[in-house]
Amino acid sequence: MRIEPRQNLSKTLLIAVPILSSIAALLLAAIPISFAGANVLQAYQEMFIGVFGSVFSISEMLTRATPLIFTGLAAALAFRARLWNIGAEGQLYLGALLSVVVGTGYFDLPPLLLMPMIILCGAMAGAAGMAVPTLLKVRFGADEVVTTLLLNFVILIFIQMMLEGALKDPMGLGWPQSSPIVEEAMLPQLLPRMRVHSGLIIAVFCAVIVHFMLSRTVWGFRVRAVGENSVAAGYAGIPVNRSLFMVAIFSGALAGLAGVSEVAGLKGYLTADLSPGFGYTGIVVAMLAGLSPLGVVLAALFIASVFVGADSMSRAMGVSSYLADLVVALSLLSVLIGGFVTRFRVVWSQKHSEGGK
Amino acid sequence: MGKVLALKGLSKRFGSVLANDDIDLDLNKGEVLALLGENGSGKTTLMNMLFGHYLPDAGSIDVANSDGSLQPLILGQPQISLTNGIGMVHQHFTLAENLNALDNITLGTERLFSLHRNTHEARLKLTKIMEDTGLQAPLDISVGKLSVGERQRIEILKALYRDVRILVLDEPTAVLTPQEADALFENINAMARNGLSVIFISHKLREVLSFSQRIVVLRQGKKVGELITSETNESEIAQLMVGGGVKSTQREACDPGVAILNLKDISIRGSSNRDSLSDLSLQVHKHEILGIAGVSGNGQTVLANLIAGLHTPENGSISVDGKDIEKPTPQKMIRSGVGRIPEDRHHEGIIGTMNLADNLIIEQLDDPKVQNYGILKRSEIIDEATERCKEYDVRGPGVQAEARLFSGGNIQKMILARVFEQNPKLILANQPTRGLDMGASAEVRRRLLKARTDGAAVVLISEDLDEVLALSDRILVMHDGKLTAAETRDRAHIGLLMAGTAA
Repeated sequence: MRIEPRQNLSKTLLIAVPILSSIAALLLAAIPISFAGANVLQAYQEMFIGVFGSVFSISEMLTRATPLIFTGLAAALAFRARLWNIGAEGQLYLGALLSVVVGTGYFDLPPLLLMPMIILCGAMAGAAGMAVPTLLKVRFGADEVVTTLLLNFVILIFIQMMLEGALKDPMGLGWPQSSPIVEEAMLPQLLPRMRVHSGLIIAVFCAVIVHFMLSRTVWGFRVRAVGENSVAAGYAGIPVNRSLFMVAIFSGALAGLAGVSEVAGLKGYLTADLSPGFGYTGIVVAMLAGLSPLGVVLAALFIASVFVGADSMSRAMGVSSYLADLVVALSLLSVLIGGFVTRFRVVWSQKHSEGGK
Repeated sequence: MGKVLALKGLSKRFGSVLANDDIDLDLNKGEVLALLGENGSGKTTLMNMLFGHYLPDAGSIDVANSDGSLQPLILGQPQISLTNGIGMVHQHFTLAENLNALDNITLGTERLFSLHRNTHEARLKLTKIMEDTGLQAPLDISVGKLSVGERQRIEILKALYRDVRILVLDEPTAVLTPQEADALFENINAMARNGLSVIFISHKLREVLSFSQRIVVLRQGKKVGELITSETNESEIAQLMVGGGVKSTQREACDPGVAILNLKDISIRGSSNRDSLSDLSLQVHKHEILGIAGVSGNGQTVLANLIAGLHTPENGSISVDGKDIEKPTPQKMIRSGVGRIPEDRHHEGIIGTMNLADNLIIEQLDDPKVQNYGILKRSEIIDEATERCKEYDVRGPGVQAEARLFSGGNIQKMILARVFEQNPKLILANQPTRGLDMGASAEVRRRLLKARTDGAAVVLISEDLDEVLALSDRILVMHDGKLTAAETRDRAHIGLLMAGTAA
């Protein structure tokens, strides 16, 4: 048995597979739902209403999608250059940290300047968080999968230390949280009394920019070349290490912006449980999108819908909230397997490729 | 002489390519049969079907059992081919480098769960085989330390140890010096006299004529001729191979001009002599093709990488067209007017998953012809690529298709277009025709000769001695990281230099 890429992708397959895998996900998820004693059809109805039933629920879904677009872009851009940035979670927290450092009034800036300052500093913090492991990779050959992954925990513990120490809110009744950032520096809300904020606009704008950079510029050409075949890219005179470094900076910056948008758009202050794994989910988003920046937006919306829908379903039906996680996991697996089936086919035979044994 | 093997009507199709079309072939006991054809004519495919790597689409194979009567062979299963006495030595060796020869040979013949290894018996059997055939190889040294010639003998011993009655050798001399090749064929003839039947795949006319008894010629997947070796000659076989007249490459006389490439006392230290250069000096002039002959793996790669800008020498200087190049990089070399045709075109030459047009411009991303303030001019790039493909006769699924979908010959033509469009002063051609069919090879050679006439300096590195002899104005031979000038164009002289045995 072996697996080989499909030569020609048929149009019907491209359309049929996502639909079929969504149906498969729903069928699979029906098993644990009915085990939990709930009516399956009603559960799915609740799930749909939970996402698309009202302006409020749509707003919730978009709010959830915003950080996923940022972290999805961070992963997609890095992975295009075969730079395995598993550290978006940590970079997100670095961005969030800098947002509260700059935004809580340590710097006396007019509000008009404060907001761009927060965005810029948050992005730079994330960029630094990815630049260091990339430097180690380029100079010493340290595997970035290991360094970026482990840095996530180092950064999170550092954040906890700051929240118990220097950044602890004196008015916070002893909770480990930072002071809130000043009202004028918050990213504006998009709808009155809804949580969706202009971080979403920035995220979509970033997706368009990354798409343009990758597909239309010399810079993107170099990144793609390094990612697809770094030996040939180097042979052709493309500075491989410099390109990787640039990708690292942009990827880290995007992850940092996820943190900025969560703090300055949504929460207003920093806690150590700011992100329920947005950095890791971003990897799933990127893979689901086939590493396409515009696809990341759609993939993030899809995953956010499943999250929000499954959550509200478990609340409405009175079943365990773990069931929501299960639905999410099953949907992701189905869609990823579907994507795999679209791109590859499995050949069952005794035949071997030339010279292979 | 009884028949030991009969292939009947074998056909194999890969996608749109008919690799083998209704091929019949017989083999007698004790016979040495040469299977001849250009690259891509279907020789290896045919033998892979015999050995069970591929399942034929049509046809059958009969093979003699130990009593000598022909039985149908179950197809598509290497294990079964092996138990029926068919052994194959692949062009690329399949030896574990960290094991010694004895372990490599017995690997897979012993029971998986037996606790005791009977190495003594294996050694006795091997010693006897070595005595009978004259194939000598050290059994107790790890294979990684042995030369290619020794490794090849171990591969053959591996097959003989399994009591094969039919031995298939795929391009056995590709990595050997002429002298090593001759010795190998003497051993093969000795084995054949003892009753072994041998099929060897080759595209070298000379060895086919000297060492086989019968020749089967394939062209484009079809059997186009079957000849008794003693009754034929080189031009008849060549005619059959290429179908139609063979055009020999014509070289106009040219006076060499000023030195373009000047390497002075270059030293690069690698992990062994074969990837090191010591005090190497070299000059290549305008209007000159410098041929570098040698068995591959003798330092050619380091030399080529140096000229391509991938290595920084520890000592010595490089200058191109009179300008010294400090700390060479591929980019500096390209800007100084060096056009590079890489050795491994699929790995170094193209980015398979990017489209052909992108692959054409990859060396000139700074050029305002392809970009404006860092933004690619897409329609211009595609128009330009379409034109280049017409000019260089690159055929395939179109300039916007991924480069990996093109055949090796067309990829090489694309690389030629990329190199020659920048009007290089110096051209590095590293194994430029390896693996190409005769048409594409002729085109590559014609372009190199034309570039020379137009005033370029060319460094031609090739393991095909005929190619070096046909194209070069001057010949150097590389052995063990050192260059020696060939005084004459005599094959035997150059062969000795390749083996490093000439004074």
